[in-house]
Amino acid sequence: MKSRSALLFPLLSLLVAAFFVVDLTTGSVSVPLDEVWAALTGGEVAASTAKIVRSIRLVKAVVAVAAGAALAVSGLQMQTLFRNPLAGPYVLGISSGASLGVALFILGAPLAGVAANGVLASLGVAGAAWAGAAAILVVIAAVGRRIKDIMVILILGMMFSSGVGAVVQILQYLSHEDALKTFVIWTMGSLGDVTAQQLSLLLPAVGLGLALSVVAIKSLNLLLLGEQYARTMGLDVRRARRTIFLSTTLLAGTVTAFCGPIGFVGLAVPHVARMLFRNADHRVLLPGAALTGAAVVLVCDIVSKWLTLPVNTITALLGIPIVVWVVVRNQSVA
Amino acid sequence: MIRIENLTLGYGPRTLLDGVSASIPAGALTALLGRNGTGKSTLLRALAGLGETRSGRIALDGRDLGSLSPQRLAEIVAFVTTERVRIANLRCRDVVALGRAPYTDWIGRLGREDAGIVAGALAAVGMSDYAERTMDKMSDGECQRVMIARALAQQTPIILLDEPTSFLDLPNRYELCSLLARLAHDERKCILFSTHELDIALSLCDGIALIDPPTLHHLPTSAMIRSGLIERLFSNDAVRFDAATGTVRVR
Repeated sequence: MKSRSALLFPLLSLLVAAFFVVDLTTGSVSVPLDEVWAALTGGEVAASTAKIVRSIRLVKAVVAVAAGAALAVSGLQMQTLFRNPLAGPYVLGISSGASLGVALFILGAPLAGVAANGVLASLGVAGAAWAGAAAILVVIAAVGRRIKDIMVILILGMMFSSGVGAVVQILQYLSHEDALKTFVIWTMGSLGDVTAQQLSLLLPAVGLGLALSVVAIKSLNLLLLGEQYARTMGLDVRRARRTIFLSTTLLAGTVTAFCGPIGFVGLAVPHVARMLFRNADHRVLLPGAALTGAAVVLVCDIVSKWLTLPVNTITALLGIPIVVWVVVRNQSVA
Repeated sequence: MIRIENLTLGYGPRTLLDGVSASIPAGALTALLGRNGTGKSTLLRALAGLGETRSGRIALDGRDLGSLSPQRLAEIVAFVTTERVRIANLRCRDVVALGRAPYTDWIGRLGREDAGIVAGALAAVGMSDYAERTMDKMSDGECQRVMIARALAQQTPIILLDEPTSFLDLPNRYELCSLLARLAHDERKCILFSTHELDIALSLCDGIALIDPPTLHHLPTSAMIRSGLIERLFSNDAVRFDAATGTVRVR
């Protein structure tokens, strides 16, 4: 068991590094490896190439790594907390909260006639999505304090998502075509819309979320046996829930704010990590899922660049077979 | 030792126990008996700090239950519930190691002493050979024993078990209860478990706590047999229980 992770961790790290480099060379203009190297190290290379590699592709690849790790870790935490193999980063309604924020920003503001409002415009799509996701966290935390049974929270989260989805649909129905198209494209997800400045927001937020998830490792291991048992073994369940919710919102909320709702990574990658590492211990599984997630999203980005399709379609087409396979093969997943 | 004073427990509008007092001693194995739905699980959950009490006081080893932090509580009382736990890829050793949680560091690293305690707990329930196996490939009875080993690894003076014998066959039931009796006597633990196995309770336990809604009788086993309470509670139109011989007669 130990040798398995001793082998897998270097291997996965290597894979992430390799995909990262391939991702830098791939795009509408193919840049050979030596030119990528030259652009990154400030060597002899055409100015336009240097610009493409450094300010577009490098940022995008870093976003892909962060998004993959963040979604996988938040999905893993939700699957453990809810003891449900079909839970993912969005079960608490984070993506619908973000969608509502974005819908209000893109669709609602013109309807209300406040589109030109300076404060709103400076907030940006990412800010609106983040505010929406954070609002959901506040609601969940407020409700969660009063509710003992974690399954009730799961059901509330799902119902809440559907309700918010309906509101978003109303906004869509009432909106003009241009605004509608902008919104629909946001829902398809994109790793490429993040600017270098935004990256300096995204990385610390994801870093903080990952740090919180590391703090939660012992709690997560205890929660494998369910909240009741965890409590009898000394876990302050409410505090653990709070840490895990906050971590998940930071991770999934931030990624969703900047990249749109990216589906299936958070759901499928934890299962892949469990299968690879054959271990339920979060001390192994959590970094394992983060690395696997980074590799998966990099691959999805490379494929989406080849086919020039939105990244969400690729994660779904790649993720669905994995989920189906996991469910069929192993009918007692936890 | 568990001391209950004037405890009232209920479930929704129903009152299960009303103002009961009892004192369950250390160094003894005590069986908790009662018909279905009389509040055995509710009482155990309340004692483990998982349920709410309407009124009254519970003291564990002299300390008030309500004043204990989750961590301190986990050092005093361990609980084995009826919930079936089956986690893929989780080895028995790791499950038992979770019982060390109150004593390990922030990320749950086991020291050498902890590892020894985990191995000892697995050996005590006869599951040493299963240490490396994962729980999704084990029988109900085997999982139950691993969960009990986890409670032992918690090294608490009080252990509560909710129907620990329910998944076991007859020889294993007796073996498990003998093990619990041995632990209670040798390590001066206070062990309370709920069960429907009257014969086991009467032959292996030092004391019997019997729920006679809405009261609780707690007597040494021999006194409980003589009291006639068991016959009264566990007989109906179809069967009659004879506590003195421990046999059931169909009318």
